[in-house]
Amino acid sequence: MRRIISVLMENEPGSLSRIVGVFSQRGYNVDSLCVAPTTDSSLSRLTIVTHGDDKVIEQITKQVNKLIDVLKVTDLTDGTHVERELMLIKVAAKTDLVRSEVNRTVDIFRAQIVDTDAKNYTIQVTGTSEKLDAFAQAMWAQTEVIESSRTGVCGLARGEKSLRA
Amino acid sequence: MMSGAAMVVRALKDSGVTHVFGYPGGAVLDIYDALYAQDDVKHVLVRHEQAAAHMADGYARSTGKTGTVLVTSGPGATNTITGIATAYMDSIPMVVLSGQVPSMHIGEDAFQETDMVGCSRPIVKHSFLVKRAIDIPMAIAKAYYIANTGRPGPVVVDLPKDLVNVLEEHPYEYPEDVTMRSYNPTLKGHSKQIKKTVDTLLNAKRPVLYVGGGAITSEASDLITELAEKLNAPVTSTLMGLGAFSSVHEQFVGMLGMHGTLEANKTMHNADCIFALGARFDDRVTNNVEKFCPHATIIHVDIDPASISKTVAVHVPVVGSVDKVVEQVLNQISKKDLSGQKQKLADWWKQINSWRERQCLNYQKSDELIKPQQVIEALYKHTNGDAYVSSDVGQHQMFAALYYPFAKPRRWINSGGLGTMGFGLPAAMGVQMANPDAISVVVTGDGSIQMNIQELSTCLQYNLPVKIISLNNRALGMVRQWQDMIYKGRHSHSYMDSMPDFVKLAEAYGHVGIKVNHPSELDDAMAKCFALKDRLVFMDIAIDQNEHVYPMQIKYGAMDDMRLSKTERT
Ligand SMILES: Cc1ncc(C[n+]2csc(CCOP(=O)(O)OP(=O)(O)O)c2C)c(N)n1
Ligand SMILES: [Mg+2]
Repeated sequence: MRRIISVLMENEPGSLSRIVGVFSQRGYNVDSLCVAPTTDSSLSRLTIVTHGDDKVIEQITKQVNKLIDVLKVTDLTDGTHVERELMLIKVAAKTDLVRSEVNRTVDIFRAQIVDTDAKNYTIQVTGTSEKLDAFAQAMWAQTEVIESSRTGVCGLARGEKSLRA
Repeated sequence: MMSGAAMVVRALKDSGVTHVFGYPGGAVLDIYDALYAQDDVKHVLVRHEQAAAHMADGYARSTGKTGTVLVTSGPGATNTITGIATAYMDSIPMVVLSGQVPSMHIGEDAFQETDMVGCSRPIVKHSFLVKRAIDIPMAIAKAYYIANTGRPGPVVVDLPKDLVNVLEEHPYEYPEDVTMRSYNPTLKGHSKQIKKTVDTLLNAKRPVLYVGGGAITSEASDLITELAEKLNAPVTSTLMGLGAFSSVHEQFVGMLGMHGTLEANKTMHNADCIFALGARFDDRVTNNVEKFCPHATIIHVDIDPASISKTVAVHVPVVGSVDKVVEQVLNQISKKDLSGQKQKLADWWKQINSWRERQCLNYQKSDELIKPQQVIEALYKHTNGDAYVSSDVGQHQMFAALYYPFAKPRRWINSGGLGTMGFGLPAAMGVQMANPDAISVVVTGDGSIQMNIQELSTCLQYNLPVKIISLNNRALGMVRQWQDMIYKGRHSHSYMDSMPDFVKLAEAYGHVGIKVNHPSELDDAMAKCFALKDRLVFMDIAIDQNEHVYPMQIKYGAMDDMRLSKTERT
């Protein structure tokens, strides 16, 4: 099953490699990984999308929690949560026909064109990973996708629940 | 004010370090210079850095204190890797200080640069790459704190050379108290889980206590003995737990697992309640997990939550240290009436005693050939069962574990998790350093002893009267046993026609060597060995090459599916 694991850890050199190490060492899957300092810059927050059965997920959370640098670990998919991913995608937009078609799709997905030149559009889309997949697919159907870059998922639990030091 | 190098040595002293096992080199010359000027911390010069780590390990296992290693960057550091991994697998507290190239050269592939923090990452509990000289005391204090709290383990402190420069001075401040917001091991069991534990234990008709290395780490021997006696329950132990519960206690049914006793594995397999205390359901214990102990409600006490339900799903998880949890259980139990316990378990004991009657450790003696089991029995006799016995890895290790009953914790020193050949001699040296008046023995094999034999030189330098009991079967016996059983006796590269003369070798290093060839000589030779109290004695004992270790679990079977000899099975 797909799971989103959220980790709060000391923002120190080497912390990230330890977490990544746990995944490679123990043969767990990483579908995406998103990491940045929190508003308290001594801490980093990491969101890992992974998949596995309940036993594997339990081991992942325990093994990550065991790292000395890690303060807290939670499985966001245990409860209701908000998740977002951002994609930048550059597509060929050479003809008026393609441009108007792409524009329409951008509107439907509530995406934004953030850069343009004579031949290309660079578009920003946010949403769930599925929405991003769908958008990319739509682009492929309409024109040529030159390149794309995704941030990986980040997320928060809904309501009272939080991950704090 | 003092130099970074002086800070390192001072911080070691302030962390309670008595011995440092090490080897010098470019990146740590400043630290070595600081060591020269003092005698608070004793430095032991080894002959190979791997041995330094195993010595620190033996020191730690026999005392409970953290072992300390000091090595230079590059090859010095990488040579410790096997020793660090050995300590990691068995949860042994150790701090490894490694030199590093100067900060400004890190990443340039400078001379003797290796990324030690990176190399050791999967086999350490934690590591530090120190960035500023003033951080040295805190990094070292934290290293010792982390190494020897919670589930212990090795910690690496990597020290770039510019930080320890003897010419630059900095203020020294050793923290009075180390606290870390991200690290707070749970010691006491959750009260709800304690209640469940007590209920399960008291309802059991066929309980067993399954004791592991965590019982030794947490010094829980007396408490476990009290609990076992109150419950009248049988006790088994892992290879790592031997001695936590006395092997000569009548409730002890022996070691369990791959080479466990028949009665231990039968008791486990038929139990209706397994109380696991600091043991981790390792694959060398469980055999096929699908068939593991089908009737049992399993209670698992472990300080490491990640150990619980890792291989075998348990019914009552209890996160906490073994001593604290057993104490909590005893507090609850003391309020109950336990007078019926003897009666209730009478049938269980009858069954266990019937398994014992098989006498699975019996073996065939010979007039011509020395049997390995017989050597261990003689060793037991000549040391009054009171030696520190370190071991290497192979058949001799299993014979030692099975035929030397350990009555006390911290007396059996072996590489259980990693199974590191070459561990035994340096470990026994660390034991001897920490316990100068004790008898420190290493049981080894002709293969293993050659993996750190250079340390005979260190033994001479420090007058370490370690007794080497080498079971010489002219073979990598354990490999050969598997080849006999699984590969139709095709002995692919498991025997050595080129054994050195170990007696001469011992003598060349300045020690005493004794060769034993015949069963009739064994007793006298042992007596002679242990009479030489101040000398290292190398006993080169020629044993029967064809002996196998039994009992032995049958692969893919349940715990109690075992071969009992070359021809018999359960
Ligand atoms: C460093 C290392 N290499 C290889 C092995 C695999 N191995 C396990 S036991 C064994 C044979 C040990 O031979 P010896 O020390 O003579 O002991 P014996 O089994 O003959 O008693 C080997 C090669 C190991 N455990 N450790
Ligand atoms: Mg051998």
